[in-house]
Amino acid sequence: MLKQCEGSHAVAATVALCRPEVICAYPISPQTHIVEGLSEMVRDGTLPGCEFINVESEFAALSVAIGSSAAGARSYTATASQGLLYMAEAVWNASGLGLPIVMTLANRAIGAPINIWNDHTDAMSMRDAGWIQLFAENNQEAADLHIQAFRLAEEVSLPIMVCMDGFILTHAYEGVDIPTQEQVDAYLPPYEPRQVLDPRDPVSIGAMVGPEAFTEVRYLAHAKQMQALELIPQLAAEFQQQFGRDSGGLIRQYRMEDADTVVIALGSVLGTIKDTIDDLRDEGNKIGVLGITSFRPFPLTEIRDAVSHVRRVVVVEKCFAVGIGGIVSRDVRTAMRNRPQPLYCVVAGLGGRAITKDSLHQLFMEAIEDKLEPLTFLDLDWNAVNRELERERLTRRSGPIAENLLRDLGVVAARVG
Amino acid sequence: MTATTIKFYQTGTHTVGNRLLDPEHRSVQADMRRTNSLNSGHRACQGCGEALGARYAIDAAMQATDNQLIAANATGCLEVFSTPYPETSWQIPWIHSLFGNTAAVATGIAAAMRVKGRSDVRVVAQGGDGGTTDIGFGCLSGMFERNDDVLYICYDNEAYMNTGVQRSSATPGAARTATTPAVGTAPGNVFGQGKNLPLIAMAHEIPYVATAIVSELRDLEAKVKRAMEIRGARYIHVFVPCPLGWGTNSWDTIHIARLAKETGVFPVFEAERDQIVSVSKIRKQLPVEDYLRPQRRFAHLFSPKPNTDAIAHIQALADRNIRRFGLVDPAADTAIAAPVATGNP
Repeated sequence: MLKQCEGSHAVAATVALCRPEVICAYPISPQTHIVEGLSEMVRDGTLPGCEFINVESEFAALSVAIGSSAAGARSYTATASQGLLYMAEAVWNASGLGLPIVMTLANRAIGAPINIWNDHTDAMSMRDAGWIQLFAENNQEAADLHIQAFRLAEEVSLPIMVCMDGFILTHAYEGVDIPTQEQVDAYLPPYEPRQVLDPRDPVSIGAMVGPEAFTEVRYLAHAKQMQALELIPQLAAEFQQQFGRDSGGLIRQYRMEDADTVVIALGSVLGTIKDTIDDLRDEGNKIGVLGITSFRPFPLTEIRDAVSHVRRVVVVEKCFAVGIGGIVSRDVRTAMRNRPQPLYCVVAGLGGRAITKDSLHQLFMEAIEDKLEPLTFLDLDWNAVNRELERERLTRRSGPIAENLLRDLGVVAARVG
Repeated sequence: MTATTIKFYQTGTHTVGNRLLDPEHRSVQADMRRTNSLNSGHRACQGCGEALGARYAIDAAMQATDNQLIAANATGCLEVFSTPYPETSWQIPWIHSLFGNTAAVATGIAAAMRVKGRSDVRVVAQGGDGGTTDIGFGCLSGMFERNDDVLYICYDNEAYMNTGVQRSSATPGAARTATTPAVGTAPGNVFGQGKNLPLIAMAHEIPYVATAIVSELRDLEAKVKRAMEIRGARYIHVFVPCPLGWGTNSWDTIHIARLAKETGVFPVFEAERDQIVSVSKIRKQLPVEDYLRPQRRFAHLFSPKPNTDAIAHIQALADRNIRRFGLVDPAADTAIAAPVATGNP
């Protein structure tokens, strides 16, 4: 049923249709509305057969999910940003144990300086933790990806992060088609664990493994992600068949036919990029966009094939690895190994900085003319940066950088543009 | 817990043969049907108090739950010595996740059992003092305040033994550990620090809190049984000497534990909500020197010259325990009241 609702509520309603049995929650913006919605559904009986547990930290939230999942219950939690870092040890543990927990990550920047707005640094901090990471472009896809995530997680016994941009998606009102319980039940069978804590058949889970088998255990985690690489398109196709909607998959391509320039990105910024590309196409430029839905496993072959004919690749990413540069672009570079085309990494939208069509238009024109540097920070205020560097050169006790910058800019309230 | 008076046939000893008791009062370990939940063949050191405590506690929990038990285990000696794959001494469903999240993992298991209509399956979480009083404290406190249906058992050997005897917040004053060396003007662990977890558990007003000691294993069994009669968050803190970390003879584990109780160093009691409901009395009060002297972790208190201030400080703490918990009964009789749990107190 098509419903005009907040992204968080669309996700909450859809997660409820997936019949989770244990939900653990710790509040952190911008994820909070999701678990608030679920708590109400558990309380008012809309979501029967589910335990909702308010825990004391994100570390406990995921740890409770580890316990409930290991005991055979379909388990869900949601977090963002600092919360993901606080549960980091459990993040690795859940994947190492092969527990199919589904977690929504409402993508948000990581401090310091503390910042509650959107970027992808949180997800990227855990990109090597063994979780499958799916990125939603809009609220419909965010909702749909959760249904596919439970199915995929339980088929390969791996946990999944469904990443949706904080505020931009979580707090945006859009029309979302919330499926019926019958539709979801037909797509998502009950959870049948590969390992379970059961007094009738006692097993020891999580004991120590030494050098004699550790490499093989880790390789098998990789092998499961490679299985997921095969399964994700199949599950998306099946989803389309049953729900009549194209959601999920490994990558999405838009106006890629005959493109000389291709832009690669993840998440909600794809919408703005598509609009910009429509304009650029109208102006006679051969440019297209490739959205990565599955960041882990990373679809190396699909991306390599998709960009084989293009003359240049621009990766627009909402994150960066301090000390080297892009994160997504390095993985794309791996996909393009031994290929001569230039790859431009553009870091954009950190901590909620708006990525505007104007900025993207200018950026892509520079790319088309091959005038971009290998690493570009979109809309970076170089003057403000240079003035701070100068202050630090002149004064030993130059004070907190973040405060200096805001005093310098004379900004008294948050400016996103 | 009610008490049954037992007549001793041998004088000068506190040992009680099971044959002197009614069959229903005999120990779980004496039962042919005991489950050996922590089976033999594990890698614990000789004289390990934790292995002994865990064996009695988990077998008692198994009997009390008709073998419907799942255990979550913190990282630590108990986890390491009982498992490395492919071997496991655990004859029950058992999970080790992390060092600091055991109470939360247990909460998750209990939630799963409830939602699946298996409320007959009960959950035990267990860890050492480091996993309980330090790194696992946040999750433990959360589990307590939510009153989740979990029995948490802490095996307290007063330091991080698995990593090589470093100080924890359960390490007593003056004790030598690898991070509180016996050097300088105040050798060993400083006084005035540390946490009293049983009292903190009581402050959460959970339904049941008890302390136990491996020299009174029948009492430990009875307390586990009692804990399993109750729903909600329960906590048992078991004092378990560590021959390796404490520098004691491996054959002295029971003896050292008994001395901890008889000196008042470790009070053995039971509480419901925030009220103490029973106390295991000191039979014959002894000075703390008797407890300290056999332990190399306290050797610097006696050699090269006695550290009378530190010994007096420890004695004062023991005396405070005795007053606070009423550990000495002035009308003590030679007939010892052996605590035996009854079915429905």
